[in-house]
Amino acid sequence: MDTVFGISYDGGVVLATDQVNARSILMYQQNLDKIAELSSHSAMGVSGPNCDLVNFSEYISKNLKLYELSNDGAKLSTHAQANFCRGELAKALRKGPFQVNVILGGYDEKAPTGGSLYVMDYLGSCTKAKFGAQGYASNFCLSIMDRDWGEGMDEDMAVKLVEKCIRELEMRFLINQKNFIIKVIDKEGVRTLKYGADPADN
Amino acid sequence: MFGSSLVIGDDILDIGSHKFDAGRTDQRAIGSGAMIPARLALGEPGQFDVPDVPDPAHFCRNNFASACGNGDQGQSVKFAKGTTTLAFKFDGGIIVSVDSRSTMGAYIASGTVKKVIEINPFLLGTMAGGAADCSFWERNLGTQCRMYELRNKKRITVAAASKLLANTMNSYRGYGLSMGTMITGWDGTGPQLYYVDNDGTRLHGRYFSVGSGSTYAYGVLDTYYRTDLTVDEAIDLGKRAIYHACHRDAMSGSINNLYHVTRDGWVKIHAIDVNDMHYEYLEEKRNAMASS
Repeated sequence: MDTVFGISYDGGVVLATDQVNARSILMYQQNLDKIAELSSHSAMGVSGPNCDLVNFSEYISKNLKLYELSNDGAKLSTHAQANFCRGELAKALRKGPFQVNVILGGYDEKAPTGGSLYVMDYLGSCTKAKFGAQGYASNFCLSIMDRDWGEGMDEDMAVKLVEKCIRELEMRFLINQKNFIIKVIDKEGVRTLKYGADPADN
Repeated sequence: MFGSSLVIGDDILDIGSHKFDAGRTDQRAIGSGAMIPARLALGEPGQFDVPDVPDPAHFCRNNFASACGNGDQGQSVKFAKGTTTLAFKFDGGIIVSVDSRSTMGAYIASGTVKKVIEINPFLLGTMAGGAADCSFWERNLGTQCRMYELRNKKRITVAAASKLLANTMNSYRGYGLSMGTMITGWDGTGPQLYYVDNDGTRLHGRYFSVGSGSTYAYGVLDTYYRTDLTVDEAIDLGKRAIYHACHRDAMSGSINNLYHVTRDGWVKIHAIDVNDMHYEYLEEKRNAMASS
């Protein structure tokens, strides 16, 4: 049911998720923040049942923080963070899986274009991608991304592309996802660009 | 994207009529990640006993017909229920309002159930789903909160208390527990309201309603809720939302119990028969029509 988008551009990545928590025929909330900030320059958009979503994103972000604290503040690269996530998903798979699909984005000084994006599913597959979408939304939006994504895009173009995808969902998608939260990760770090409803407002 | 059948208990409104998904019986769905009950040591003090079989979750699914998740598949122990509970925050604190009917299928087992569980003088929990699960685990939460108080010499926050319950629910995921609760209270950060259910879901919000009558209660609540309600208006809203849910939902009814949570802890405001309310509101409507 959940929707997660990620788009990389020259100098960073844009992540977006819907803000809905629904169960059965009821929508419980529409101001959630499903993009967990992992370190100063990385974040992941997570889709799945609320408990797995919260447990997984807390588990990963706290472990990455622990790594920083126990290694004199040394940060893992986005690639390493993605592989750590993948490893934990795979480790949990045969015990009691985290039912989560993830798009992880980060900024590295050393990466060629700065931003990098990793798409993961709950079975533990992990691929590096230029853009990605998860959930039913991928049926609508991957084609838009295929059509419009190009090398050398800037932040503005990437955000516009995300908004195009959101508009398509509003038009064609049965499920009402009124609010989306969009975060940008670039050399300045992670920042919330916009949201439909303030996650802190409760 | 995984099939919706993998998601446990995505059917809180579907009381007892959920079609059993046969493909699910052999699926292990315990806890998420590493959140499996640490040791399933039976009979140890403080431990919750689970069936002494290799896969307790699987055993529970096949032998207990929980109204949440799996329907009637010839399991030997069955329980069914319906409820309306609601709670909302406003400028004057928090209102917690519930009905008091307990049903077993078409039979009304009791009309005087206390569905607000007084965890301690500053924490309230509500009961929806299995009465035993709710009262047991909220009593258990009360113990954990008291232990926290003794260890740390300060009261536990509502956020932490609700997280304790959510963690417990998560570690017994797939064991057939049935619980939809709202944990409310007033702590150092002000009035707080959390929704916790047997899926391990934990949400922080302004208002929630849980149970089979929750859709009806939401209807009234969504329409008339404001943060700047006076205490009297808020009490009336809590009362009316429960009344309208009891009117439409066959599995909710009897007495409306209403609590008000303030800085100084909770106070019980009233316990009114919804049947009396019905005639009171009917009279009110007639008078309003006559005068207009």
